[in-house]
Amino acid sequence: MERKDDFTQRRKHLAELSDQDLKKRFWDLADKLVEPMVRLAETHTSLSIERSVLLRMGFSSLEARAVAESVQKAGLLGKGAGNVVLRFSRRSNCGIREAGTRIASGASLDKLFTEDSAGGAEHA
Amino acid sequence: MLDKNRKIDLMEILNDLEHYRPRRKGWTWRKKKPGLSMFKFTYRDCSEPLSNSVPLPAAKYFDNIDPQPDCVITTEIASGRFEDDIRRMRMAAWHGADHLMVIRTLGQSHMDGLIEGTPEGVGGVPITRKQVRATRKALDLIEDEVGRPINFHSYVSGVAGPEIAVMFAEEGVNGAHQDPQYNVLYRNINMYRSFVDAAEAKRLMAGAGIFQIDGAHNANATAKEAWCVMPELLVQHAINCAFSHKVGMPKEQIGLSTVPPNSPPAPKLWYDLPYAVALRELFEGFKFRAQQNTRYMESDTEEATITHVIDTLISRLTSVDVQSTITPDEGRNVPWHYNNIRGTTTAKQTLVALDGLMDLVELKKDGPLREGVRELKERAVLFMEEMLELGGFFATVEAGFFVDSGMYPERHGDGIARQADGGVAAGTIVKRDPDYLAPVCSHFGHNSSPSGLDKPCAIIGGCTLCDPSRIQFVDELDESDNVNRRMERTLEDERNNLTKPEVEWHADGKVVLQLFFPDSEDVAREAAVETGRKLGLLDPQVIHTQILHPAEGTYVELRGLVPFFIDRSKLVIPPKKEILADELITAEVKKRGLKAVGATAGEDEHSVGMQEIMNIKHGGIEKFGFKCLYLGTSVPVDKLIDAAVETGSQVIMISLIITHNEVHLTNMKKLHNLCVERGIRDKVLLIAGGTQVTNEMAVSCGMDAGFGRGTKGTEVASFVIKRLLEKT
Repeated sequence: MERKDDFTQRRKHLAELSDQDLKKRFWDLADKLVEPMVRLAETHTSLSIERSVLLRMGFSSLEARAVAESVQKAGLLGKGAGNVVLRFSRRSNCGIREAGTRIASGASLDKLFTEDSAGGAEHA
Repeated sequence: MLDKNRKIDLMEILNDLEHYRPRRKGWTWRKKKPGLSMFKFTYRDCSEPLSNSVPLPAAKYFDNIDPQPDCVITTEIASGRFEDDIRRMRMAAWHGADHLMVIRTLGQSHMDGLIEGTPEGVGGVPITRKQVRATRKALDLIEDEVGRPINFHSYVSGVAGPEIAVMFAEEGVNGAHQDPQYNVLYRNINMYRSFVDAAEAKRLMAGAGIFQIDGAHNANATAKEAWCVMPELLVQHAINCAFSHKVGMPKEQIGLSTVPPNSPPAPKLWYDLPYAVALRELFEGFKFRAQQNTRYMESDTEEATITHVIDTLISRLTSVDVQSTITPDEGRNVPWHYNNIRGTTTAKQTLVALDGLMDLVELKKDGPLREGVRELKERAVLFMEEMLELGGFFATVEAGFFVDSGMYPERHGDGIARQADGGVAAGTIVKRDPDYLAPVCSHFGHNSSPSGLDKPCAIIGGCTLCDPSRIQFVDELDESDNVNRRMERTLEDERNNLTKPEVEWHADGKVVLQLFFPDSEDVAREAAVETGRKLGLLDPQVIHTQILHPAEGTYVELRGLVPFFIDRSKLVIPPKKEILADELITAEVKKRGLKAVGATAGEDEHSVGMQEIMNIKHGGIEKFGFKCLYLGTSVPVDKLIDAAVETGSQVIMISLIITHNEVHLTNMKKLHNLCVERGIRDKVLLIAGGTQVTNEMAVSCGMDAGFGRGTKGTEVASFVIKRLLEKT
C-alpha cells in the first residue's frame, strides 16, 4: 500500500483527547490486538513446546527429540508429549525415564488414550 | 577466588561441569547509592562501587575513584569461541559491564531443537547447555572478583524458543531477548508458531525471573530511514509488552529495547528526544534498555563513539535501566576485545559525566518537544486503529504494514510482508485436545492438570525447575569440533610461554596499523596494503579510510596478521619503578623542607633532561614543592657540591649525556668521592640521569640512583621520598 501522509486529517478524532486518555486508548488497542494471539497460544502446542515439557520431565535434548517425534508420528501431540509418557509409564508400570526411552525406540502407543486403565491423572 | 595477577583457568572452568549448579536465578539490578561520596564529589545517579576495577584514565588525578552509574551496563561478546569470550568478559567486568550478552551463531534461530557440546560459531556462539553452564560458572568467579553480580544474557527466539527458555531457566541465565515479532519479521518464522511458542517461553522466563528484552530495535537497524519507523516502534513495543504481560510476565521484568534512531549530520535530538519521552510516558512501569545506534555506523570508530555518547545523553535526559553499548567497530567486523572495553567505558564515562543532570536542567513542558511527543503517540494510536480495522496483527503483517519506510500514516509500500501460512515451520502448531496435559511447572495455556496438586509437576514427583538433579547434561557430540580440541593449542602455547597479538581468539594474530599517506585515497589504500606486505603482515586489508583532503592526504587503518609468536621468556622486562601517590610526596616534601640542586656536569651543554626532571612546567619535581636550584650546563662537580652545602639541599642531581671516554662514569665517581671527602655523603642523595645511564651503572659508581631516557619527575621524587622514609 502506498499513501501520502494524511496525519492531520486522520488524527481529528484524537485531537481533543487528553494525554491520559490517549495513553488509555493506546493500551486498550494493544490489549485488543494481542487477545487473538493469547487465545491461539492457550489452545495450541508445538513440537518445541512438547520437547520443552520433556526436558522439564528430566529428558536430555536428544531423548526429548526422539520421544516428541514418536508422539507426533502417533498423532498424539494434541494430548501433550508429557501426558503420553506419563500414561505409557502407568500402562507399562515403569518409571518416567524408562517410558520415554521405550517410546523413543518405537514402542506402540496404540489405544493409550482409550484404555480405561491408563485414564485419569493421579498423584505420583 | 580468582587471583587478579593470573589468567582465569579455563580448564578448571570446564572441569566437573556436569555437577555445577547456578548460585541464583533471575536478574539483578545495581544497588543505587544516591548521595554517594567519592574523593571530593557527591554523586546523585551512581551505585555501589566495585571492589576491583579499572577506572577511567583521568582517575589518577581524582584519587583513582571509579564511580559506577546507577544503571546496568551491557556489552555484547560473542566471537564464536566461548572460551575466549570468558577472558573478554572478565576484562569487561573490570571496566564496569554487568550485563554480558552472547549473540548466537549464524542460523541458530532456524535450528529445530537444542544444540549440545561446544562447536565453534560463526558471528556468534552456538548456545548450548555446556557453553551456557561454563560461562555462568566463570561469571560466578568474575562477579566475586569485581564485587558485583553479573547478568548473563542470550536469545530465546527462533523455532526452539521454549526449549531454550527451559535450558536458560535451569542454568541460571539472567536475561534474554524474546519477541515473536522478531521471529516473524526478521527470521521469517511462521507467525502462528512464533506466538504459540513465545507464550510458553515467556511463561518460563517469568518463572525463572529472566529479564526480557524485546526486538523492536531491529526496525531501526533495518528501515531505510530509521527515524520514520518511530510510530511503528511504539506499536511493536506495545504488542510484545501487552502479550508478555497477558501470558504472565510482570511489568518490571519486561524491558523495551529502544534506540535513538537518528544520527548526525541530522539534528539528532529533534527526533530522538521526543521519541524517547513518548516511550517513557506511554510505557510507564516497564523497564528501558537503551541501546545505541547501529543504523548509521560505518568503519569510523570515532564517529560511532560520538554518536553513542549522544545516545547516552538521551538516556540521562529521560531514563535508563539498562544502558546497552555497541562496540565502535561493529560497523566493520565482529567486535574485538578492546572495542568491547571501549564501548563499555564510553557509556561509563558519559553517564558519570552526566551524573545528576536532571537536577540541573529540565525538559520543556511546552513547545516543539511536547508537540513532537504528542504527534508520535497519535501516529502510534492511528497505526493500531488501522491494524484492528484490517483484521489485526496477522492480517497487517501479511499486508506488509511493518518496517515500511514511510512515517505512518504515510506508506511507501516497501514494508516486510509475511504470509500467515508461510515461513519456516509453517503448519506446525497443533490444537490441544480437551485432555491435553503437561505435568511440569511454568507451562502456559490449557492444561488438564488434576486439581488439588501443590504444583503441576507433583504428578511426576517434580520437574527439573523444582529438582535440578533431574537435569540431563549432555557433553560433547562432535569429536573434532569442541572446546577441548581448541584448548590444546592454547595450552601448548602457554606451556611454551608464547604470546601473540589477538583481537578475538587466542593468538589470532590480528593487528591494526594507523597510517597517514600524503596522497589521494586511491593511492593511500594501495600504499597501505604494500606497507603491510613489506612489514611482513599476512593478508593486509584496508578496514577504514578518512579523506583529510582530496589531494593532501588520507588516513588509513590497515588490518593484517602477524605470522610469528613472541617468546615471553626471551623478553627483557625492566623492573617496575615504584611511584608514590602525589599527595604523599607533596606532604613529605613540605614536612622535610626538601631542596635539590642540579646541573649538567663536566664539559656538557645538554640541558633538556634536567629541565624535564626539575621544572614545574615539564611536570618536574618542583610541582611537589621541592625548592630547586638549577646551576646550568658544563658545571664542575665541586661547584655542584658547594651549591648543595650553601643551600642546605638534601638532593644533588647530575645530568650526564656525553659518554665519550666514559666521562659520565668518571663524573659520577667523582661526585661520590668528593661528597665523602667533605663529610656530607650521608646527608645527601646523589642522583644521576642521562640517556645512557642505568640504575645499576649509577649505583656501581657510588650514586644512590640512576635514571635513563624517558624518566619523569614523579619517578625521581618517588625515589627520594621512598629512600628518606626508609632512613627514618
